[in-house]
Amino acid sequence: MIEISGLTRYYGDLCALDKISLTIERGKILGLLGPNGAGKTTAMRILTGFLAPTEGTVIVKGHSIDDGMLKIKKLIGYLPESAPVYQDMFVYDYLQYVADIREMPAESREDRIKEIAGICGLEDVMHRSIHELSKGYKQRVGLAHAMIGDPEILILDEPTMGLDPNQIVEIREIIRKIGREKTVILSSHILSEVEATCDRVVIINRGRIVADGSTEELKRTSAEDYSISLLLKGAPELEIKQLFDGVAGIASVDASGEDGMIRVRLSCRTGDDLREQVYSRVKTKDWALLELIRESKSLESIFSELTQEKEG
Amino acid sequence: MTAAASTMHIFRREFRHYFVTPIAYIVIAIFLVLTGWFFFSTFFLYSQAELRNFFSLLPIIFSFIVPTITMRLFSEEYNVGSYEILVTMPVTDLDIILGKFLAAMAFIAVMLLPTVSYAISVSFLGDLDWGPVIGGYVGALLLGAAFCAVGLFASALTKNQIIAFIIGMIICFSLTMVDKVLFFLPESMLGFFQFIGADFHFENVARGILDTRDILYFVSVVFVALYGTFLVLQEKK
Repeated sequence: MIEISGLTRYYGDLCALDKISLTIERGKILGLLGPNGAGKTTAMRILTGFLAPTEGTVIVKGHSIDDGMLKIKKLIGYLPESAPVYQDMFVYDYLQYVADIREMPAESREDRIKEIAGICGLEDVMHRSIHELSKGYKQRVGLAHAMIGDPEILILDEPTMGLDPNQIVEIREIIRKIGREKTVILSSHILSEVEATCDRVVIINRGRIVADGSTEELKRTSAEDYSISLLLKGAPELEIKQLFDGVAGIASVDASGEDGMIRVRLSCRTGDDLREQVYSRVKTKDWALLELIRESKSLESIFSELTQEKEG
Repeated sequence: MTAAASTMHIFRREFRHYFVTPIAYIVIAIFLVLTGWFFFSTFFLYSQAELRNFFSLLPIIFSFIVPTITMRLFSEEYNVGSYEILVTMPVTDLDIILGKFLAAMAFIAVMLLPTVSYAISVSFLGDLDWGPVIGGYVGALLLGAAFCAVGLFASALTKNQIIAFIIGMIICFSLTMVDKVLFFLPESMLGFFQFIGADFHFENVARGILDTRDILYFVSVVFVALYGTFLVLQEKK
């Protein structure tokens, strides 16, 4: 459906995207994940024709962005970051305008506008000026804008930003439903969102793809790794570090806390269960052990590992 | 969709937008007050039933008025961010440029419409020769088109409407005044600057003489400015 090859984009000397290649199949929801400034928005902007790549190309359903951009635009519904829709129009007029440009047939248009207003929860504000609306409602207008033409590809840049928790759940449900037949690409830096909605996750950092796979796959690649979380009372931080230093399999020790309560995170790089060893070490000291939990890797830790390692 | 249809959708939105905000009415009111006052305050001194004085004012007044009409066309969209939505909809850059240009042109036509009453009033006072009047309106529209294209170009350069206005005004004003301020140049060069000047060509048309050279001049200004706008938009990508 979408083939991205060698996509590179510079802003002056700054490299925002560095030779990204990716193939996206139909009927999948792809989550683009990455810290701020990683290149998520740049990638989406190139896909939608707002920016041109410095190098590389994208082919969407046989059309190249170099000469078939108009055809590609017809296939894509796009919600830019923070949904910058026209402020001075009524919601209804705005949707009419989008329907005009998307050359939607006149006879089914009213029904479609009603339908999309229902999906996005806009019925109550159809005859209000967009600039009067709250951020969450503007975001919904942006979503309606992207979805109204029933496009084959939906590209959503941080779709749930500014929405309340109930609305987030609803929108995720809608995205999942659409994702069954259509191709959806969404970006986010909220990991739980990506975990909840996406079939496939691509993690971008500093313009490069650092991980690519389903959430399960990503977790499995670091299956041997886990962390042990301890809550200790009356333990000086310095001593904690010394205590666990010698244990084989512990990659790093993080301790933080105040008022005598210290939260310790031990990152373990081994298949063996180190809990017993850890416990026996703690036992040698006169500290109170309040918690000892083994945590398997969350998407969070994979994410922070992948995006921080590169910075060093 | 045919390109013309996309252009028309953008045209309609932009044109309607003018009348949603009070700016349109303010601009039209200022234009009518200025032209009406300047024209009629001297009109009775000449006791001539003609509109030449009205038309001779237009290049200067348009140099200020037209950039206020065009300044928001791109700048506002850059500023709000809606430009991203506009560009990623299934339209081409050409549709966007033409739609916006035509909207500004249509606005100028609407703005000129009430001034027809000047001609009608004058025709009651004396024997008005309608030839130069029609020529004057044709010239006004050509001049308006040229300045609109320049203003659109200025607006495409920046997200600040004030800067867009100033750039547009400076270019339009220069085009109007270029042959008047350079009187100290030798005769041979003066001819060249006269040819660049919008005022010179406008006066020709406003006299009721439709010369292809004058029409070609305005068409060239429109083309160059719109092409410049196109290049600016490409540069933004």
